[in-house]
Amino acid sequence: MSVMSQDAKVVAPAATTGQALRLFAERRRSFWVVLSLLVLFTAWEIAGRVPISFAFPTFLDTLAAFFEMVGDGSMIRAFFLTLQPLVLGVAVSALLGIALGIVMGLSDRMEWLLAPVFIVLQAAPMAALVPLVTFVYGIGLVAKTLAVIMLALPVIVLNSYKAVRHVNPSLVDMCRSFQGNRRQQIFKIIIPDASPVLFAGLRLGVAAGFIGVMLAELLITPTGIGDLITYHRSVANYAHMYAAVAAIIAASTLTLAALQWFETNVMRPEKRRS
Amino acid sequence: MSVQALSKDEFDPASVVTSDPVVRVETISKHYGTVEALRSIDLQFERGKLTTLLGPSGCGKTTLLKIIAGLVPATSGQIVVNGRAVTGPGPERAFVFQDFALMPWATVLRNVGFGLELKGLAAAERNRIARRYIEEVGLQGFEDKYPHELSGGMRQRVGIARAFAVNADVLLLDEPFSAVDEQNRRKFQEDLLRLVEMERKTFIFVTHSIEEAVYVSDRIVLLSPRPGRVSNIIDPRIDRTADPDDIRRDPGYLDVVEEIWQSLRHYAE
Repeated sequence: MSVMSQDAKVVAPAATTGQALRLFAERRRSFWVVLSLLVLFTAWEIAGRVPISFAFPTFLDTLAAFFEMVGDGSMIRAFFLTLQPLVLGVAVSALLGIALGIVMGLSDRMEWLLAPVFIVLQAAPMAALVPLVTFVYGIGLVAKTLAVIMLALPVIVLNSYKAVRHVNPSLVDMCRSFQGNRRQQIFKIIIPDASPVLFAGLRLGVAAGFIGVMLAELLITPTGIGDLITYHRSVANYAHMYAAVAAIIAASTLTLAALQWFETNVMRPEKRRS
Repeated sequence: MSVQALSKDEFDPASVVTSDPVVRVETISKHYGTVEALRSIDLQFERGKLTTLLGPSGCGKTTLLKIIAGLVPATSGQIVVNGRAVTGPGPERAFVFQDFALMPWATVLRNVGFGLELKGLAAAERNRIARRYIEEVGLQGFEDKYPHELSGGMRQRVGIARAFAVNADVLLLDEPFSAVDEQNRRKFQEDLLRLVEMERKTFIFVTHSIEEAVYVSDRIVLLSPRPGRVSNIIDPRIDRTADPDDIRRDPGYLDVVEEIWQSLRHYAE
């Protein structure tokens, strides 16, 4: 990789702009990511201009609405409210979920005790349970946090458990043969070796957490981004409504990308070179 | 180059002389459920020698090695190392794995020093020791590489350096070269002999390759399958000061290979 970028530097000054762009396109993933977004937004813009529905704004109108909402502070206030149950719920789910999953992966008895609960919870249509939460916990932060946990926890637990079960047994034997104790075995071998699947579960959990918080804000009481969506829909401000929806999708995507970055750079450094 | 081997009917493992046993295997049996993997194995491993456990697949040679390592519990019998009965892994034994068992997320340096890391040695000290053994197995310059950047042969060198680094008396090698291609295998066998000479340790080596066993071993223990039993013990007594290529052409070497093949051939399907 480093050799390739070096000779790219040598070639680039002599080449024309077109050739440089082609070189860049061949070597950089970001070029394709930008291209993919460009295609999506162009299609959106065209669909909005047709228009496919009077309630479907163009991409540029949506973008303008987004900046307007950032400007008047309503978007920032909404995110502040939405992020509270989300961050709280995801943090609890991540810590509790990974801990429970690891315990279940290490002990057959804990697996038999806990796995059925989480398998049922994962299979259950959680949206149907969200209204029940309001009966017990009302409409405040606790109820919304619980909605996030209900969606995020099962997938994190089950993935963490699978991750630990699929750890290379030869590495565990290696640790034992060099007299590693149980704690070293868990922290130096099992968790790092399980981390790719652990992180896959965490990414699914975070995505589920976003679903949970949106369900809570749409089904329990309209607050935060959920309130923006509900309000702008009710007054037929469709560009603003779409801006709120797109903003939460973007937030979710960026969070997942950040998680991926953390995994490859902090947990598994060898994946940067391949 | 003489060959001492007893014919099968008059063979008695207890009669094989071992002056200074570092590892004693005493009536070890192993059952997996109803399957009998090993039946009352009695063996002694001489200090400073390389002993090979050789046999067809299913003879329980890897199981026996893992029992000696303390990684697999025996159903009955005991393992005595340096005069003390052992029940689990210990600092006087180090294991080299068939599949290398390297941590893919750790560099060569950290992998080699991992045994010392588990013992709680400070980073500077364990890196100093690790570097020495990395050099000894011929991997200098690769300290900061990750295992996936190395060839199979180089990965196993890392596994061997890791086992050397903890300075155990006994090295247990489980088919260490089976995942290495033929050209590198020969080079590896020569390097192993050099390391045996240099390190003055006891080696217990598992292989299914007759040529490899005869080429590297001071003593070969032949195991027969289903259940695994000791069927013969052979001391190849090969003059290892000779050139490796001459050894492989030597009639004495070829005779031992042939003799072992004759005693194992009826197990081949």
